[in-house]
Amino acid sequence: MADMTMDSRPAARAAAPAVTAPPVDVSHLTMQYGSNIVMKDLTFTIERGEVFVLMGGSGSGKSTLLKYLVGLREAEAGAVRINGEDLSTADEEARRKVLQRIGVLYQGGALWSGLTLAENVALPLEELTDLDPTSIAEVVDLKLALVGLRGFGEFYPNAISGGMRKRASLARAIALDPDILFFDEPSSGLDPISASRLDDLILAIAASFGTTIVVVTHDLASIFRIADRALFLDISQRTMTALGDPESLRDSPPNDEVRRFLTRDSGSPK
Amino acid sequence: MALVGTWRLSESRPTFDALIHDAPESAGREQAFAFDTTALGEWDSSLLIFLRAVEDHVEAQGGTLDRSGLPTKIATLLDLARAVEEREPQAPEEKHSPVARLGLRTIALWDSSAEAVTFLGEVAQGFGRLLTREVRMQWRQFWVVVESNSARALPIVTLIALLVGVIIAFLGAVVLQRFGAGYYVSYLVGYGMLREMGALMTGIIMAGRTGAAFAAEIGSMKVTEELDAYATLGISPVDHLVLPRVLGLFAMMPLLVVYADVIGILGGMGVAMALLDLSVTQFMSGLLSAVSLSDALLGVVKATIFGLIIGLSGCMHGLRTGTDASAVGRAATSAVVLGITLIITANAVVDWLAALWQI
Repeated sequence: MADMTMDSRPAARAAAPAVTAPPVDVSHLTMQYGSNIVMKDLTFTIERGEVFVLMGGSGSGKSTLLKYLVGLREAEAGAVRINGEDLSTADEEARRKVLQRIGVLYQGGALWSGLTLAENVALPLEELTDLDPTSIAEVVDLKLALVGLRGFGEFYPNAISGGMRKRASLARAIALDPDILFFDEPSSGLDPISASRLDDLILAIAASFGTTIVVVTHDLASIFRIADRALFLDISQRTMTALGDPESLRDSPPNDEVRRFLTRDSGSPK
Repeated sequence: MALVGTWRLSESRPTFDALIHDAPESAGREQAFAFDTTALGEWDSSLLIFLRAVEDHVEAQGGTLDRSGLPTKIATLLDLARAVEEREPQAPEEKHSPVARLGLRTIALWDSSAEAVTFLGEVAQGFGRLLTREVRMQWRQFWVVVESNSARALPIVTLIALLVGVIIAFLGAVVLQRFGAGYYVSYLVGYGMLREMGALMTGIIMAGRTGAAFAAEIGSMKVTEELDAYATLGISPVDHLVLPRVLGLFAMMPLLVVYADVIGILGGMGVAMALLDLSVTQFMSGLLSAVSLSDALLGVVKATIFGLIIGLSGCMHGLRTGTDASAVGRAATSAVVLGITLIITANAVVDWLAALWQI
C-alpha cells in the first residue's frame, strides 16, 4: 500500500511555531489582592515536558498563582512568561496565540452546563480553529475516548459523576493539543480510585504528547506519584521556600514547614 | 503501512476509508496491517484519529494489527482511547413524537400542579406551626424582606405609578373632552388607580423584582446544597426561608399599593391641571365625590392577595430549582411568569366578585 502521508492541500490553519522558550517562566512575581500581599518574590522556571506541582497549605495562594500563570490575573510586580510571552504586556493577538496553546482543568470541572460533553469539547475547536465539522467530530470522539468517556458525548454534565466530569473537563482542556496543561486541585472531591485514575491520565498525557503539566494540589499521594518537581508556597513566609523533587524534599527538607507538609505532621502530640 | 511526514490537526490528512478504497487491486484489500514509522515526523491528535480508523477497520474485518512498529507513546494513547468506562452509557433521552410530547407535557403539568398544591399545604402547615409557636419566626429574614420591599422599592414604584396616573389622565382628557366632560377625568384617575392600576402595576413590578429575587436566592441555596443542609438537620426550609419572605411581602404590599395610588393620583392631577385647566380643589372634589373608601380597600385587598401570590410563586420555584448553573435563571424566569399570570387572573376574579357583590 502507498505511503500514508499528508496531502498537499493548503493547511487549514498554520501549525503552531516551535517554541524554544521555557513553557513557564516566573520571575520575582508578587501576588496581591488590593494592598494585601499574598506571596512575593516568586522565581522559578518550568521545563518543557515536566510535571510540575505547586504545593502548599490551604490559603497559601496556590490557586491564585495558577490564575497568574493562565492569565486570569496580571502581575502587580515581576513577570510571568508563558512560552516566552509576558501575558500582561503582550498585545491581543500574541495573548490569544499563547492562550490557544494552554489548557486548564478547573477545580470543579467548569463544564458548561447547557452543553453536552461533546459540545463542551467541540466548542474550543469550533471557535479557535478552522477545522471542518467532520474533523471536529473526530477530534471530540478521540478526546472523549482518551479520557475513558467514549459513548458519553450526548450526556449533559449534570448527568454524570464528579470523576467523569473532571475527565470530561480534561478532554476539553486537551481539545487543542495544548503545549501546557494546568490543573487546579484535580483530585479534590474524588474518591481515591478516581483520583488515581486521573493521575494516570495526567502521566499518560505528559509522557505521550510531551505536554508540560502544572498541577496545583496538596494531595500528597498525587504529589509523590506524578511530580517531577514541586514548589512549596509557605504562607508564613509569604514566599516559596522549597523547589525540587518531592522525595528529595521529604528526605532532606530545607525547613520545618516543608517537612511537616510532606510528612503530614500537624505538630501536635500523638 | 508506512507513516511518514508531519501529522498535524491544523493541516489536511488522508482519511483511511478513502485510502483503502482507492488502493490498487494489486495492493489488495489488506486484512493484516503493520506499521513502519521510521520516517514519521511531528504528530498530534491527527495521527491518532487516523490510527483509530485503521483499528476500527481491522476490528470490523476480523483482520490482524501488528502495533510493534508504533512508538510506545502512540500505542499508549491508543490503549487509553480503547479503555471502556465502567458505567455503560445509556441513551440520554429518546426523541418523542409530537403526540407523545403533548402527553408528556400534560403529565408534567399535572405533576407540577400536584407539587404546587403540596407546597401550599406545606406553607399552610408551617403557618400553623408559627401560630402555635412550634417554630420561631425568623425575624431577621422577615425584616430584610420588609426593608427590601419598602424604601428600596419606592423609586421604581414611584416612577411606574406616576406614569400610569399620567397615562390614565391623558386617556381621560382626550376622550372626555370630546363630550365636554373633561371635569370627570378625576373620576377616571381615582377609579382607575384605586381599584385597578395601583394594585395591578405594583404587583407586576414586585413580581419582576421581588418574586425573581426570592426564586434566585433560594435557587442558589439549592445549587450550593444549603437546602440539603436544612433537610439533613431536620429543619423545614419552608419555616426558615418561605414564611419570612411570604409574610414580609404580604405585610408590605398593601402599603406599597396605597403609596402607588397616591402617586398615581398626583400624576393624573398634574395632567388634569395642565391639559384641562382644572384646579387642585376641582380635581379633588370631583375625585372624592366619585370614589369611596371601599374602592381604596378593594385595591388593598388585591395587594395582599398579590403579595401572597408573588411570595409563594418565587419561593416555590426557588425550592424546585435544579442543580445546574442555568437552573437558577430558569427558576427566576418561571417565578416571574407564573407570578404575573396569577396576578392578572386573580385581579379578574376579584373584579368579578366585586361586581357580583356590588362593591
